[in-house]
Amino acid sequence: MSVPAPPSAGRGAELGVRLRDRDLSAAPATLNLVESRTPADREQTAALLRELSPAKLGGEAQGHVIGVTGPPGAGKSTLLSALVREWRTRGKSVAVLAVDPSSKRSGGSLLGDRARIDFDPGDRELFIRSTAAGERLGGLAPATRAAAQALAPAFDIVVIETVGVGQSETDVADVADTVAVIVQPGSGDALQFLKSGIMETPDVLVVTKADLGKIAISARRDLSAALRSLGARDTKVVMVSSVPPPSGIADLADAFEDHRAALDLPGRRLAARRAAALADFAVEHGERGVRGLGGRRAAVKLLAEQDPALEVPALVAVLEAKVAA
Amino acid sequence: MSETPAHRLPERDRPWMMRTYAGHSTAKASNELYRGNLAKGQTGLSIAFDLPTQTGYDPDHELARGEVGKVGVPIPHKGEMHTLLDGIPLDDMNTSMTINATAAFLLALYIGTAEENGVDRAKLQGTTQNDIIKEFLARGTYAFPPGPSMRLIADMVAFTVTEVPKWNPINICSYHLQEAGATPVQEIAYAMSNAIAVLDAARERVPADQMGKVFSRISFFVNAGVRFVEEHAKLRAMSILWEELGRERYGVEDPKHLRFRYGVQVNSLGLTEAQPENNVQRIVLEALAVTLGRNARARAVQLPAWNEALGLPRPWDQQWSLRIQQVLAFETDLLEYPDIFEGSVVMDGLVGELLAGARAEMAVVAEHGGAVEAVPYMKAALVDSHRERWRRIESGEQVVVGMNKFVETSESPLVDEDGGIMTVDAAVEAHQREAVEAWRAERDQAAVDAALAKLREVAADDSQNIMPASIEAARAGVTVGEWSQALRDVFGEYRGPTGVGEATAADHGADLEALREEVGRVGEALGRTVKILVGKPGLDGHSNGAEQIAVRARDVGMDVVYEGIRLTPQQIARSALDEGVHVIGLSILSGSHKELIPTVIDELRAAGVDVPVVVGGIIPEADVAPLKAAGVAGVYTPKDFDMNRIMSDIVALVAAKGGVSTPA
Ligand code: B12
Ligand SMILES: Nc1nc2c(ncn2[C@@H]2O[C@H](COP(=O)(O)OP(=O)(O)O)[C@@H](O)[C@H]2O)c(=O)[nH]1
Ligand SMILES: [Mg+2]
Repeated sequence: MSVPAPPSAGRGAELGVRLRDRDLSAAPATLNLVESRTPADREQTAALLRELSPAKLGGEAQGHVIGVTGPPGAGKSTLLSALVREWRTRGKSVAVLAVDPSSKRSGGSLLGDRARIDFDPGDRELFIRSTAAGERLGGLAPATRAAAQALAPAFDIVVIETVGVGQSETDVADVADTVAVIVQPGSGDALQFLKSGIMETPDVLVVTKADLGKIAISARRDLSAALRSLGARDTKVVMVSSVPPPSGIADLADAFEDHRAALDLPGRRLAARRAAALADFAVEHGERGVRGLGGRRAAVKLLAEQDPALEVPALVAVLEAKVAA
Repeated sequence: MSETPAHRLPERDRPWMMRTYAGHSTAKASNELYRGNLAKGQTGLSIAFDLPTQTGYDPDHELARGEVGKVGVPIPHKGEMHTLLDGIPLDDMNTSMTINATAAFLLALYIGTAEENGVDRAKLQGTTQNDIIKEFLARGTYAFPPGPSMRLIADMVAFTVTEVPKWNPINICSYHLQEAGATPVQEIAYAMSNAIAVLDAARERVPADQMGKVFSRISFFVNAGVRFVEEHAKLRAMSILWEELGRERYGVEDPKHLRFRYGVQVNSLGLTEAQPENNVQRIVLEALAVTLGRNARARAVQLPAWNEALGLPRPWDQQWSLRIQQVLAFETDLLEYPDIFEGSVVMDGLVGELLAGARAEMAVVAEHGGAVEAVPYMKAALVDSHRERWRRIESGEQVVVGMNKFVETSESPLVDEDGGIMTVDAAVEAHQREAVEAWRAERDQAAVDAALAKLREVAADDSQNIMPASIEAARAGVTVGEWSQALRDVFGEYRGPTGVGEATAADHGADLEALREEVGRVGEALGRTVKILVGKPGLDGHSNGAEQIAVRARDVGMDVVYEGIRLTPQQIARSALDEGVHVIGLSILSGSHKELIPTVIDELRAAGVDVPVVVGGIIPEADVAPLKAAGVAGVYTPKDFDMNRIMSDIVALVAAKGGVSTPA
């Protein structure tokens, strides 16, 4: 099915073609590219994403993009370790994008998530990459959206770990097909945010550390009650233990599949592309640029009027043309 | 007959037990070494096992590569234990075994060997270190998750208290905490919190009327640094807290049961590669810290050697250290007096300060839910204390003679062509691999299989004690790797926390600012923040250097991937590839660099990762050239204590590789 990139095509397009062919070994170089801030590399990234547009793919990327978010220490990375094992035994290829919260002191970060995720170094169908978060808690690293879009055609599952408490996990909701909020038993935060409406209802709620016993069970009970009272009948609550002996992991993997099966995928992906375009535009041109579009709402409206098949770089170009006009 | 005056003892005290921490290459070579040491006047045995034995792998396991017989003796099965103890009277000997995750099996081998030699287990005296919490915090030879690990310890306590009544089933270790950077307050608080966790676990497995006895079998393994007055106060503070704990928490009343008993290895972290002869003075002063005051004097002492930071000591180096103890005990008048600090305002004041600090910190650990739950908290606190210690050394606030002050030196006659250290013959590993294969081929496999099946069953049933099944397994010829794998199958595995994420950011020194500028500039030119992988290949658990390098790399503005200890070369190469790092820093202190570093480089090449690799740790001068020939761009050892300089070299390597021009 693949049309090779013309020999003159740059690195970006070449990587795009490899990913379209589901060549998983293109992942490291892809991340190196999309993370790069040099103008030349940004152009290459745009070229890469163009190769992966729905038009080129002949539909939406097949991979399932899952966002896993929650407060630091809730057990997200440890859970991913167990989930990765489950997915790999189900024969699914997996890319993990861990956005590390460690605050950007001195511009540097200690990227600690990877240390929690066990991997077999010989496994070519698993890819794990850590990135430092942006300035904002719960924010996505600027490159993470692009990375998720680039990898989704190649991997069966692309999972993004971000730190989020309360309302700040909206970024990952923009990118992911399915969002799971991870709740540590005994901390009432998620419950409060849910009840007060600060937090949007997630697609799946996960209570970790089930091995702690009673406290986990009562967390699940409280969350389920809160969801009922909000009328959110579709949100599943899953209780897991990620330390040996793990439990609930297969249920959670099923819950993700069920959510995806019931999802209006093209609609969600379209929204994701449009949100990404606006975010990229804002990174490039700042708030002033957004004001030049007549503000965020106007920008969203403008994007909504565009051809649904347009990929992110093309959408950014539309916004830029509008400012220039 | 005249009364003894208050400032004298009626008779001279008996000296403490003198040991040398020893073992290397093979059971046979180590047995010869032990006999030689005993002939020199050593009064107890202290067995150093190699890292595969300590982490539960046989000599032919992939992870054992480069480590067999290196830093200790390989004892995979009872045949080797027999050889190790050959000719040593076990009913008479007091044997300390530095063994933790696999302690239950090594004790089983010891008991089995003694009994096959006709010595009743009730006569055996000695100690299994067996303190897993400090392995998670500082030492790194853990194998199983915290819960099952604590159960194994409790099983051993419950078993020995009736079956091997003279055995110390566990040594609560504060030693390693200081070696990982602990302040005196942290050392006391974490050790005591650890003891509470152990005693609480044991309480559930022994009858209530045995608790006094159990309490009395718990001994400590402590440290003493060169600030020897305060260090002595620390030991007095610990004995006060211990007694208090016994009375108040465990209802122990017999004063004999309440006594704080400890052995020591004095501080090694402060021993330097620069002007190594100065280490002798340090060791002597540290030995005073644990012997000066009679009320808190060590029961057993082992001293490191002058060449600690160079590599493994030779028999003569260890003899020198034994002689330090002997001079102290037999030539000086130290043992003729009652406690010389009784009534000292200074001593009492110091003890009071330490007690207050330790109680507050113990309360913090208790708030976390006790020592087991507080492992991540304590680990991070240690890394942070060490960061602070290092800052003081780099800035010169803390003087280290010969390293950051008074560095002028004449040529030393002490270090000659052999580098002044012992090296282990590389052929040992191949020989041990064959030996264990031959052992497996010769035993009664049906008996082995039955013993392992039984072991799994007992492990899975929390109500049973692991010891009888382990002794059965030892007798049947089961190996340490098989015993450990059976338990890994049941318990699962565990990676300890790294503690680096929470470390406080360094002060904004001018040096650091300039470095940040440069790291920023290079990152901008490259398009991405400079990213480094700090890797620890092999079984080596020395994490201090890697942790501090990782934290400093962050503080100069790099993105840092550090996954903790015990990675295979393949894992490191895979992480480097996936993470897209610009540079790789490997840290090895256990002596396996010659085997492992070239393997990591081969794996990197195979993965198509072409970035500079630097190496740090205990790397003898003679090994630097071969490492560079294998493709290593830079080698750093303890004398390179200025980490900002190391960082500056690393950024330069990244810049050169990425074709970034040098700063204007
Ligand atoms: C502290 C210490 C310990 C602590 C470790 C605590 C911890 N979490 O790290 C404890 C007490 C637990 C310990 C235990 C053991 N130890 Co020890 N330990 C030391 C000691 C005293 C200091 C090492 C240290 O931490 N220094 C401070 C750090 C910051 O310095 P550093 O790591 O050297 O790092 C500097 C440079 O080397 C370099 N560097 C290091 N790594 C990296 C990485 C990069 C990327 C870069 C750029 C630079 C770099 O930069 C740093 C700045 O100068 C040394 C002797 C000595 N004085 O050096 C022995 C020593 C390393 N230990 C030794 C041994 C044998 C052991 C044991 C194996 C004994 C046994 N048989 O059980 C055990 C088991 C440990 C295990 N699991 O592997 C031997 C190793 C012998 C050899 N190589 O031939 C030594 C040399 C002592 C000796 N002479 O016998 N040890
Ligand atoms: N008891 C228990 N502890 C867990 C579990 N999952 C994670 N943890 C612990 O919780 C801490 C934080 O885990 P981590 O995965 O790093 O959390 P993250 O910050 O959300 O990614 C670690 O100490 C884990 O060992 C679990 O299922 N049970
Ligand atoms: Mg995490």
